[in-house]
Amino acid sequence: MRSIYLDHAATTPMRQEAYEAMIPYLTEKFGNPSSIHAFGRAARKDVDGARERVAKALNAAPQEIFFTSGGTEADNMAILGTAAQLRDKGKHIITSAVEHHAVLHTCEALATQGYRLTMLPVDKYGMVSPSQLAKAITDETILVSIMHANNEVGTIQPIRELAAIAHERGALFHTDAVQSLGNIPVDVADLQVDLLSASAHKLYGPKGVGLLYVRKGTKLGNIAYGGAQERNLRPGTENVAGIMGFARALELAAAEQPETYEHLAALRDKLIKGLTSLPAVSLNGHPQQRLPGNVNVSIERVEGESLILSLDMAGIAVSSGSACTSGSLEPSHVLMAMGLSHQKAHGSLRFTLGKSTSAADIDYVLEVIPGIIQRLRQMSPVQAGQE
Amino acid sequence: MYSEKVMDHFQNPRNVGTLPDANGVGEVGNIRCGDVMKLYIKVNENQVIEDIKFQTFGCGAAIATSSMITEIVKGMPISEAEKVSNRQVAEELDGLPPVKMHCSNLAADALKAAIEDYRQGQKA
Ligand SMILES: Cc1ncc(COP(=O)(O)O)c(C=O)c1O
Ligand code: FES
Repeated sequence: MRSIYLDHAATTPMRQEAYEAMIPYLTEKFGNPSSIHAFGRAARKDVDGARERVAKALNAAPQEIFFTSGGTEADNMAILGTAAQLRDKGKHIITSAVEHHAVLHTCEALATQGYRLTMLPVDKYGMVSPSQLAKAITDETILVSIMHANNEVGTIQPIRELAAIAHERGALFHTDAVQSLGNIPVDVADLQVDLLSASAHKLYGPKGVGLLYVRKGTKLGNIAYGGAQERNLRPGTENVAGIMGFARALELAAAEQPETYEHLAALRDKLIKGLTSLPAVSLNGHPQQRLPGNVNVSIERVEGESLILSLDMAGIAVSSGSACTSGSLEPSHVLMAMGLSHQKAHGSLRFTLGKSTSAADIDYVLEVIPGIIQRLRQMSPVQAGQE
Repeated sequence: MYSEKVMDHFQNPRNVGTLPDANGVGEVGNIRCGDVMKLYIKVNENQVIEDIKFQTFGCGAAIATSSMITEIVKGMPISEAEKVSNRQVAEELDGLPPVKMHCSNLAADALKAAIEDYRQGQKA
């Protein structure tokens, strides 16, 4: 049977180069970068080299890069670290309704600790409006955190404009670039952000490693305490092998980004065209300001989990924003914020394409999906026009 | 996440569809939280469920429990069928993930509703 992985927003397979870059650090080059002896010095030298290469890929300086255990930790450090550092300046934080839970739940936790939280709404395409931010921001605002590109619907936010508004009022600007990095240009000088989160496993690197970019001169409070690693900000012995794999994956991803975009966008458009020509199927997210590998559709009168299971049996791996797949039995907060009906969120399906995706894979999806939809619709007591 | 039995009933559901000569119909759930199940039963003069069909809009567990309950109660007197619990249905499927237990309620509730509908019809 075919096996087609179309869930690259969840995670990507590690690329060979990243794997090879890690192996020495899992075996003979095992030194602790904090040790003074030759074993330690060798590891330190390589971690510093990785930091330089990562910085270069983001157009940052090496001292601005802090390695973390992933995107989630980077988001937590940015938000909680700013809140701790600037609590005497103000207690207002602004984010958007479509953030990843790593940002949303962190901001919500602060809201229970005396901080005031504003969650900006989005339009039907999932876009945050700069004018809404301009209205919400006050002199009390210490941080604005808006993601670069959304993990569910792929909408790309106008970061440069949003960051400019934050800076005019003296607030810091953080962006979660976990989904955008490698797919669209990510240049910290161009985006004008103060803080930026990234994760290795979304760009063909290893799981459990990421980074926080902290613009020079920006001070963060600690969220964890221990050793002096990562310039006292992120204590704990470095994940040396992970960092080496991440650096290799990121430098390649940055170099290949224009090609990656071309490859993915062509396949994305082919899949969108094929799916939206089926009866009662509509596109979710922005038609243009969209990640090149993201296709998110709502298939009416079909439930998302049944679709995932059926596609899985045909060898196709995808995900859904249906309440039935969420664990909490709530539909996707992103689709809800975009104003979709529960019914449409229920039948939502996300395909996220990657490096290995081919036109033949897309043809195969378009070949099997009509039968699956038909089978499930026939099984359903809800008929067209009845909902 | 799901047992092989759940996947089998999801992939090859038993007794899907409608029953034109049904004398009891039960519909439960609501579209807002996602699950809708409709059960059609045909009860004969001996008060036995002679035939049964279902239609379900919902997750894999909802479809599998619908299918399983039709298998369990087909040929059963209604007095026994109405005692079938959602736990029993889940056990017959070799268990369900905890978060999916509510989907099995749907099947048991739809059956009770269908039997009630049949009884109301008999009174009339
Ligand atoms: C937008 C976004 N932010 C943060 C994360 C979390 O990253 P990680 O899995 O590295 O903790 C993810 C991945 O699920 C994501 O898509
Ligand atoms: S029908 Fe929604 S979780 Fe089962």
